[in-house]
Amino acid sequence: MILLKITWRSLWNRRISVLLTLLSIAISVSLLLGVEYISKQAKSSFLNTISGTDLVVGARSGPTQLLLYSVFRIGNATNNIEWKTYQELANHKRVKWTIPLSLGDSHKGYRVLGTNQDYFKHYKYANKQPLSFKAGEPFNDVYGAVLGAEVAAQLGYSIGTSITLAHGSGSTSFSEHKNKPFNVVGILKPTGTPIDRTVHVSLEGIEAIHIDWKAGSPVAGFEISAEKASKMLLEPETITAFLIGLKSRSATFRLQREINEFEPEPLLAVIPGVALAELWQSIGQFETVLRVITVFVLVAGLLGMLTTLLSTLNERRREMAILRAVGAYPWQVFVLFLLEALVIVLLGCLIACIIVFAGVQLAQPYVSAEYGLHLSTWIPSGYDALLLLSVTVLAVIFSTLPALIAYRRTLQDGLTVKV
Amino acid sequence: MKIVELNQLHYRWKNADRDILNIPEFHVTQGEHVFLRGESGSGKTTLLNLLAGILAPSSGAIRLLEQDLHSTSAMQRDRFRADHIGVIFQQFNLLPYLSVLENVTLPCQFSARRKEKAQDMQASAKQLLDHLQLDEAMQKRVVTELSVGQQQRVAVARALIGQPELIIADEPTSALDTSTRDRFIELLFTQAEAQGSTIIFVSHDPYIASLFPRVIELSEINQTS
Repeated sequence: MILLKITWRSLWNRRISVLLTLLSIAISVSLLLGVEYISKQAKSSFLNTISGTDLVVGARSGPTQLLLYSVFRIGNATNNIEWKTYQELANHKRVKWTIPLSLGDSHKGYRVLGTNQDYFKHYKYANKQPLSFKAGEPFNDVYGAVLGAEVAAQLGYSIGTSITLAHGSGSTSFSEHKNKPFNVVGILKPTGTPIDRTVHVSLEGIEAIHIDWKAGSPVAGFEISAEKASKMLLEPETITAFLIGLKSRSATFRLQREINEFEPEPLLAVIPGVALAELWQSIGQFETVLRVITVFVLVAGLLGMLTTLLSTLNERRREMAILRAVGAYPWQVFVLFLLEALVIVLLGCLIACIIVFAGVQLAQPYVSAEYGLHLSTWIPSGYDALLLLSVTVLAVIFSTLPALIAYRRTLQDGLTVKV
Repeated sequence: MKIVELNQLHYRWKNADRDILNIPEFHVTQGEHVFLRGESGSGKTTLLNLLAGILAPSSGAIRLLEQDLHSTSAMQRDRFRADHIGVIFQQFNLLPYLSVLENVTLPCQFSARRKEKAQDMQASAKQLLDHLQLDEAMQKRVVTELSVGQQQRVAVARALIGQPELIIADEPTSALDTSTRDRFIELLFTQAEAQGSTIIFVSHDPYIASLFPRVIELSEINQTS
């Protein structure tokens, strides 16, 4: 008990340098915990991009590619699916609902997704959360557009804004569908998924803007007005991909196989959860890199503590002689240094936990409003506890160096120390 | 009772080619105030460390309070020192981050025996400090605000608390001016006598020697040279 009291008082006596050491440890430990938290959150938000969908179907390519263009709006499809095929599968007896997806156009760098009302009815993300509107409603005519939260916020659009779509996916496309402007009829709430960066229009709208186009460019001298186009038969010939919700999830594998073996056309069906997990494995490497960096930061923090402890050794020589004179054992001198490191590192860990917890709590409303990401409250997991424990053990191991030096000196010096 | 008894004591530092101490016979009886004079390098410090049980003799016997100290383990010697010996250094006797009272009661934290003998630690410490002419106001000061003379008196109180049988003082007056020094010695004597503690006082100040009933030249008892 007296050792703890001496440790505490001695630390308090040197509080400024101790405080700095404490802070450097607190910061490196909170970094360690923070990285752990963020990678966990990133993973869950990544895996939550799409939910409630049983199969994603596209032209035959790789599962990752299919997932990237259909769910993340990254890259392009190599091939499209015949509308006829889509119709056939949409009417399959095990299928409850489908959402057609037609990609290929863009607006100021944001991807345009052609779909139908079923998208707003059936698309779910995170924990089977449906899309909800911040303003307006789903489109119900040819030239209506629904914007993702980020699109509206970044471009400053509101209900009623007129936008033109560009052919292709670049941000500075030269071929714009100027003659057929779209009208913003709805703006979605943030979801924290690629939906926020998507402009949604009807399949008919996509068809209408391409009606007087051929092979990716307008046909000269052959222009059909927007009004006229909207009255034509706007059934698409092809779509890029579609999502399937099943009546019973137990049929997932059977239908997947059926689609993959679909005779008239080569198709690929993937289970989003499985494909997402695979994709995460390949892009999740940054976690490891971050972890390695934070471990180095932590070691730097602990070395800082070691330096502080070592630098006090000389000035504390007298202190140790006094303690020996009043009857302290050499091992008590040794323990004194270990205790000192232990107190510093435990306080550092405690402060780190407070920093991470408070940081998450403070960031929560902002992140939720701005990015639609729900940050779960930071509660130390078993793994975090293990991290904290290893930090503590490491600190104690580090501090055995000054402790050993003090121990040896106290045996040599005895009661007399030359000052 | 013989408080200190040395018999054929030899001490040689590791790797040294000859003994630094070779004391055939030396003893101090209870209640004596012994002045031990020696030049620096004469083995004075080594002798103090041997008496305090920090060092063990190379050969020969040390008996303190009629107990063999040389045959016990380092830990037992530490325990013995905590229980029976009070030490006063030349200067910087106090832990700067503890209060005056906490400094005085420190030995009781390491020795159950001295704690028990002191009964009420706080009261006992206050009483000692009062007797050493450190009043209530002084007792409340931060240690580093005390003058050197006051600090040395706090050190005396610490050495005396819990009535250890032997007080070892290693040039405790070397940092004090003449008038402070005289008062220090006087107070030390009175308090040590009051509880029957024996004093071994090391110094090379010839004036202080004149205040002691028994003066020993280390060179007279040490046969190395």
